[in-house]
Amino acid sequence: MSTATTLRSRHLLGIAGLEPDEIDLILDTALAMKEIATRPIKKVPTLRGRTIMNLFFEASTRTRMSFELAEKRLSADTLGMTTSGSSMSKGETLADTARTLEAMAPDMIVMRHGASGAPHQLARICRASIINAGDGMHEHPTQALLDAFTIREHKGRLGGLRVAIVGDLAHSRVLRSNARLLTRMGASVVACGPATLVPPGLEALGVRVTTSMDAAVDGADVVMMLRVQHERMHGLYFPSVREYFTLYGLTPARLARAASDAIVMHPGPMNRGVEIDSAVADGPWSVILDQVANGVAVRMAVLYLLAGGDERADASAA
Amino acid sequence: MPVVMDADRMSRSLARIAHEILERNRGVDRLALVGIRSRGVPLAARLARELQALTGTTVPTGALDITLYRDDLMRHAVGPQPVIRRTEIPFSIDDRVILLVDDVLYTGRTIRAALDALIDFGRPRAIQLIALVDRGHRELPIRADYVGRNIPTSQQQSVQVRLVEIDGRDEVEVEG
Repeated sequence: MSTATTLRSRHLLGIAGLEPDEIDLILDTALAMKEIATRPIKKVPTLRGRTIMNLFFEASTRTRMSFELAEKRLSADTLGMTTSGSSMSKGETLADTARTLEAMAPDMIVMRHGASGAPHQLARICRASIINAGDGMHEHPTQALLDAFTIREHKGRLGGLRVAIVGDLAHSRVLRSNARLLTRMGASVVACGPATLVPPGLEALGVRVTTSMDAAVDGADVVMMLRVQHERMHGLYFPSVREYFTLYGLTPARLARAASDAIVMHPGPMNRGVEIDSAVADGPWSVILDQVANGVAVRMAVLYLLAGGDERADASAA
Repeated sequence: MPVVMDADRMSRSLARIAHEILERNRGVDRLALVGIRSRGVPLAARLARELQALTGTTVPTGALDITLYRDDLMRHAVGPQPVIRRTEIPFSIDDRVILLVDDVLYTGRTIRAALDALIDFGRPRAIQLIALVDRGHRELPIRADYVGRNIPTSQQQSVQVRLVEIDGRDEVEVEG
């Protein structure tokens, strides 16, 4: 059982600011939240009267829908903004947008932004609790938390597990948040991708780095595939999609090297035939749809725990 | 710090309540027990065992966490959120008589939250309230249908119910 009964910060900007007992608290709370989805009335009155703004400056389907659903299941009033059709496209700076929205007195702001550190900037300006829903190539904390929840659900634990994270390491905030969380909770993580997509300094996150997929998958309890992010690739990182799939695509044959009860994860959206074979994505190892379902419960847990936060006792916004 | 109920008295109270449940409902048909976390849960399990011993029938039993329905949850901008635990009601409550079980009945606010939570699970035929201890000082129009013991208290006092399953021993103590 967790020993923390509260989160120390009133923002969730990244996994970097979370202690292991806070991670346990979020995952245990999510377990209670998951039950609500099984009820005839999938809604509790907890955040009645709270206003939550969802600011998505980058394309998102599942994360935005997942946050909105989590907010509605807790009875919060929610409103959303996407970049197209907002004043940002008229040239307003993030700081000015933040001050404008702040004047409307939201209790929480969920933000996805293409620039690393954008939510941290917002946290310095706003009185509202800020939740990072993905910032550039930096962090995506709720994704790592829902991944950890899904792993714990299937494996009963995080400590001592062998986790392989494979794919586009350079552009992946999912990798960074997961590597921080999993190593902090005692799992051993190996990150694998083509040399052109291995950023310098990755070992500082506590992970082992390899360019051999067979070595990475060997004996793994969890194989987490990352999306090839064509939209962030402004250069030529590998010769062809076919060559990428040959070297780094997860096929049933390659998965046979992992532990016999290994699970396969993907944060979505999947590029079938690029990083993952359809036979694996739809196979018995796949927990990809569990990840989506668990995302709502984990986000409900985060919203609930942050709603009790103390704005004076805030340490990590600075 | 007087102990107002020991293990023996507690078990006799629960046995009496089980008899009262049978008398009032003319059997256990369509009954279900729901304990309010934390200490209502083991009390509900004990009542289920009493009813099983008396009738040979297993009464479905669930656990309810009312934290998300509390009326004081978001009133304080400052302070930690209460820890939430799982609600487990593995049966339909529609058309059943629900026996709601709590350890101490005090202001009635916990029961108000529990009623709201239960109604979100369906439409029971009736809800009856069981409290091991009724200490008075109601702030809402709520009363128990079955009471282990009425204990007059002042609002400055606190009532501690300890159960073997959670605390290692059975007793009720009035403190302060």
